[in-house]
Amino acid sequence: MSLPFGVDLFSWTIRITPLAAYFNLVLGILATAVSIYSFGYVREMEGRRNLGVLGFFYNILLLSLTLVFSAANAFFFLVAWEVMALSAWCLVSFEHEKAATRRSGMVFLVMSHAGTGLLLIGFLILAQASGSLDFASFHLLASRLSPAQQGSVFILFFLGFGVKAGVIPIHVWLPQAHPVAPSNISALMSGIVIKSGIYGMALVFFDFFGAAPLWAGMAVLAAGVVSALFGVLYALMEHDLKRLLAYHSIENIGIILIGFGAALLFRALGHPMLAAMALIAGLYHTLNHAIFKCLLFLGAGAVLQSTHTRNMEEMGGLIRRMPVTALCFLTGAVAISGLPPLNGFVSEWLTYQALLAGFGSTQTLTRLVFPIAGALLALTAALAAACFVKAFGISFLALPRSEEAETAHECLPSMRAGMGILAALCALLGFGATWFLPIFDSITAAALGVRPSATLTAVNHLVLTVGTARGGTVSTVGIAALLGLLSGLPALFWLVWGRSGRRVTGPTWDCGLPGLTATNEYTATGFSKAFRMIFSALYRPRREIQAEYEVSPYYPTAIRFESEIEPAFEKHFYDPFQAWLMRAARRMRGVQAGSIHAYLAYIFVALIALMLFGVRR
Amino acid sequence: MTGALLKGAAQLVLLLLLSPLITGLIRTLKARLQMRRGPGPLQPYREIHKLMRKGMVVPDTASWLFSATPYVVFLATLLAGLMVPMVAADMPTGLFGGVLAVVYLLGLGRFFLALGGLDTGTSFGGLGSSREMTISALAEPTLMLAVFTVAIGAGSTAMAEMARTAIGQQWHFLAPSQILAFAALFLVLIAETGRIPVDNPATHLELTMIHEAMILEYSGPYLALIEWGASIKQLLLMTLLINIFWPFGLAADWSSASRVLAALGWLAAKLAVLSCGIVLVETANAKMRLFRVPELMAVAFTLGALALVSTFLL
Repeated sequence: MSLPFGVDLFSWTIRITPLAAYFNLVLGILATAVSIYSFGYVREMEGRRNLGVLGFFYNILLLSLTLVFSAANAFFFLVAWEVMALSAWCLVSFEHEKAATRRSGMVFLVMSHAGTGLLLIGFLILAQASGSLDFASFHLLASRLSPAQQGSVFILFFLGFGVKAGVIPIHVWLPQAHPVAPSNISALMSGIVIKSGIYGMALVFFDFFGAAPLWAGMAVLAAGVVSALFGVLYALMEHDLKRLLAYHSIENIGIILIGFGAALLFRALGHPMLAAMALIAGLYHTLNHAIFKCLLFLGAGAVLQSTHTRNMEEMGGLIRRMPVTALCFLTGAVAISGLPPLNGFVSEWLTYQALLAGFGSTQTLTRLVFPIAGALLALTAALAAACFVKAFGISFLALPRSEEAETAHECLPSMRAGMGILAALCALLGFGATWFLPIFDSITAAALGVRPSATLTAVNHLVLTVGTARGGTVSTVGIAALLGLLSGLPALFWLVWGRSGRRVTGPTWDCGLPGLTATNEYTATGFSKAFRMIFSALYRPRREIQAEYEVSPYYPTAIRFESEIEPAFEKHFYDPFQAWLMRAARRMRGVQAGSIHAYLAYIFVALIALMLFGVRR
Repeated sequence: MTGALLKGAAQLVLLLLLSPLITGLIRTLKARLQMRRGPGPLQPYREIHKLMRKGMVVPDTASWLFSATPYVVFLATLLAGLMVPMVAADMPTGLFGGVLAVVYLLGLGRFFLALGGLDTGTSFGGLGSSREMTISALAEPTLMLAVFTVAIGAGSTAMAEMARTAIGQQWHFLAPSQILAFAALFLVLIAETGRIPVDNPATHLELTMIHEAMILEYSGPYLALIEWGASIKQLLLMTLLINIFWPFGLAADWSSASRVLAALGWLAAKLAVLSCGIVLVETANAKMRLFRVPELMAVAFTLGALALVSTFLL
């Protein structure tokens, strides 16, 4: 679809490609659920804050996202992109009276604009080659450029969109900006705003490029593996519930990029079917991650509103006080850990199968990349499961760890409805994956010229296959049905052994102490201690223990414990970079003396230089 | 359809009945090797029978999740077991999931077990959960690497296909890549089933236990389900190892009754041999410090990586 509008070069044209339609679908689902949730969520702010401002920017954000996914030329795209970034910034900084929020918002704004700058250069290179700003004229254009230009276009777009998506090492804004926003906004940020980067990459990789060079696929795959692994490793160390979820967004972006990278490699090696499978894995994970991450952020928002803290060490026992929120959060946690039969499992299964098929696709050493990536993906998934045991177990189970947690109450009905929709979708997209796959056909047909959905499903759309006759199969419906069938077995056991034994509730064994208290419980810090020691090379943990005692050091009266890990990327990359930038800026200050004569001289010199340049051309 | 149901039921019965025997066998053999008399190999059956009739005490701090956990663990493990070929390569449930589904179903059980440990509110539960999740996370990449090595050889992640390929290449298990992958998977088996030197299944000393710490508060039928589930998990991991690396005797399908019975005999013999191997490892080693386990898992991962590279080179 295309709506011609505006002047030639800078036209405000809209087109709905299959890819755009898909991302608009993701946006639509999330926007519905989050909007329903927000009705209840903002009620607490009523009277205290300007809800009009929140609603204004919220709707601007949704509109700009729609336009980002639908824009048909680079100019319109960048305008929508900027509006998106600015409205997101306004929403992130909504609670601007806190200095930390303002600072996080600023980091987001600066990095976001640096990314936009890279995109602008990329689009200009393409526009110079095609003579137009229309996306239609960019179709397969990038592959016709010289190798050096191809490389620079690829890197510019990958970095530019990577900043928005939160690819390590250009992720640092994400764990800062997502937690400080109101929770419904965090849900949208992690659910869909960072996916605009993924949309951009899909557009460039599979529409602008006919076949990207082999190294490009390798780079994307490597960036995916690194983001997935480091994202989850940093998430494990977080005790701030929303920051933990933000780091998991980085992890899942990594998993999506593993799919994209494998698709790029397969296309470069001439295997369109495998490329289609890998692309579907990435795109399906995009939708799945949008849904469960949105769900988890909404759940975190409900908890936050009820307990007034983001610190997991002050929660606990919420499963009794907030049963619906707990159930929804648990569904999200199982789904994001990639456990069957929910949706996360399906997209991870497809990713594994794509990687596995990759080994046979080439004879060179390149093939070893695929199984290694698969093994690291397995490590990532296992660490994610550990992390969500921690996130759910510490926040929702056992005894409340603070007074706030003890007096927590269930959230409002509209908030529960919003979460319920998403939780149901986690199950639906898990069970119904095989029915859902055909919608990718038009996307892969446009990008790769194949329609794999018929070969990816078998047995009346009940079973997912890898497309070959003997390859692996999986059926989430089958797994769910069999689990249901097998649950007759415990009932049978009751019949066989009878229910003679009584079930009594008693106090938990506490080593003979007078009653179990919250201080006996394992903490989030304790839970992740083993990981902190095993991966200490990465974390470089620092801890400080101060004990006060009166008689003997063995009987302390008070202990102060402090533990922190080193933010490696900030310390070794961003801090030196920032220092260098500030030094450079200070040196530049001399040029900008404030004298009008000097400025006129600059303009004159610039004019002469440009004219000379023009004459030379 | 009826045939598939019958095959499924046969495997179900086999899993349920054989798994406690293997646990008992390992315990008896271990006791004998350590010059103890020990309980007979039938002891686990008696324990399950006893626990199933007993009443149970549920901690007052626990929520519904604590009660749901034994069922989830038992059912997920059992379903994973149904997907692993035991006597015939062809499994009716094989269509519903291959080796990846098995790994992830075990993961589902573990996820809930760890939550059940945290739900009690004691330090022990949390300690066990933390350690269990740590060690399983470290074992996971090795498991996947070894699985990939075998799956690449078979060109499929379907269990039936992997077993059939193994049957087709009778002596292939002596190839370097297979030996290395076997060694890697054996170390994973030790870690995943909580055996010495990673965990000690016989201890209740809080400083050393992992699995036992997580389930400390479970009693009665719940405990029976969890212990039974653990036995099934052990059996299925052992069967996986056996039928993929030592495929002799495994029937290709269910067509001939005599072949299936012979396969059953072979399975029993091979399980006994593998049990002896586990017993030897358990007796010859002392339990490792928790923070030495990552090194063991690193060794396993290296073996898995070498297995993969040698498929490429040889």
